[in-house]
Amino acid sequence: MSHNENVEERTEVAAADQEVRREMRPRTRRSFLVGAAAALLGYGGWRWLKTSAEDVDGIPWPLRRSHEFNEHLARNYFSTARLAPTFPRHLANLPRANGDIGLDVEDFESAEWRLEVVNLTDSAKEEIEPSLSLGLEDIKALPRVEEVTELKCIEGWSQVVHWAGARFSDLADKYQLATRSGAPFDVENKATDLVPYVSLETPDGVYYVGLDIESALHPQTLLCYEMDGEPLTLEHGAPLRLYVPVKYGIKSLKRIGRITFTNKRPFDYWAERGYDWYSGH
Amino acid sequence: MKKVEKKHPLAIRWLHWVNFPLLLVMIWSGLLIYWANDVYRVGLGGFTLFKFFPQWFYKALNVPFRLAEGMAFHFFFMWLFAANGLLYVLYTIVSGEWRLLVPDRRSFREAVQVTLYDLHLSKHKPSQGKYNGAQKLAYTTVVLMGAGSLLTGLAIYKPVQFAWLTAALGGYEWARWEHFWLTIGYVLFFVVHVAQVARAGWNNLRAMVTGYEVVEAPEPQSVRLPGVESLQEEATR
Repeated sequence: MSHNENVEERTEVAAADQEVRREMRPRTRRSFLVGAAAALLGYGGWRWLKTSAEDVDGIPWPLRRSHEFNEHLARNYFSTARLAPTFPRHLANLPRANGDIGLDVEDFESAEWRLEVVNLTDSAKEEIEPSLSLGLEDIKALPRVEEVTELKCIEGWSQVVHWAGARFSDLADKYQLATRSGAPFDVENKATDLVPYVSLETPDGVYYVGLDIESALHPQTLLCYEMDGEPLTLEHGAPLRLYVPVKYGIKSLKRIGRITFTNKRPFDYWAERGYDWYSGH
Repeated sequence: MKKVEKKHPLAIRWLHWVNFPLLLVMIWSGLLIYWANDVYRVGLGGFTLFKFFPQWFYKALNVPFRLAEGMAFHFFFMWLFAANGLLYVLYTIVSGEWRLLVPDRRSFREAVQVTLYDLHLSKHKPSQGKYNGAQKLAYTTVVLMGAGSLLTGLAIYKPVQFAWLTAALGGYEWARWEHFWLTIGYVLFFVVHVAQVARAGWNNLRAMVTGYEVVEAPEPQSVRLPGVESLQEEATR
């Protein structure tokens, strides 16, 4: 083969490579420009999300809407009466006493404690006056229920606990609190005249939680006066606390002072600090 | 002689790049949540080799006391992360691209050979198609990990509604542990992935953006033979 042919071929190859570069250059430019535009758009969206005015509840409003969207799905597409898993009793122990908000010890006289119950008629008035005042003996007069279920803290830890108390639903049933008409309630049937919300607060009103009526009337939701086989201690909410197995522990209010049945979505201590109002499992 | 060849379909490229910031936000918001109960470590008995995570790490990333914010972001972006991942899997199935990605019997052997070669422990470079055995294993595993994150996440997000799933994963606490370690897995994947992309060079990275790769094209038979000869001639000169 002659030297000339060799050179000719190399020139051809170089020309072809040049062609390849010519072909790739606009493709590369276009793709990277589109990519940069998309990245910019994404970053803009992120800035918007981060800086959207925080609503009264401590997180940007799109994130609050997202919590509410998730709540909507849970309340409409899940069975809100589904039972929480139960465990053998030997796995149970006392959980750590994790919160003392609303549990001021100095001003509290256990002996003088009463549970005030505000029914729907009361709560609709401007000046709320509870029409029902109960003692611990009234709660203990309701059927006693024991269950061993897992308490799940929103912080991420959990503990199997042995609880004893009265079903919240038995209280609602006995005093005709859960429906507008006073008729027996049917949680699965949304068309009935269920009162939509329940609010619970400590006697000093410092800690308060809001519950959807389905979770309050859940068969495993307890007005609890014993934990781990012993009477409730003050740090765990004596004389009476709530336990909701279908929610994070933040909803299981200790030392209940007042229960309110209401049409208005109740204020919630942690929801006001950026957490999900529903916090359901 | 070089030529331009189509490598990655448009859908794969978009889903791949969109996944990157989504996964990043999920990991960041997950970290804000994890901080509130940061119990995992690498160690044995009383001996702790590494605690997840040291204070300096939290401090550097401004993690402490942002649980509510972390949850809010996590439960918003989970939808986008899941949707993007599902679209990716659906696309690979419908397009048939999965055949290039899912490992077969030979992939495991090939993956070992590739690893040895990349670590300069072997001079034998296994031949490969679009993806080599190690890539097939890695890319399929990371998609399975994504599915794992969705399932373990669901198990700790709705442990009553999906009690069966939570139980199948070993209970609430194990599901949380699994969810955490899958995330560590993504970070390890990311480190190796970026290192390999850096090694593979510009042409390979550009293909993931443009979809096209420049490849060495064999010349037509009749022309190639003398070409090879001349190259050999060239080499001996």
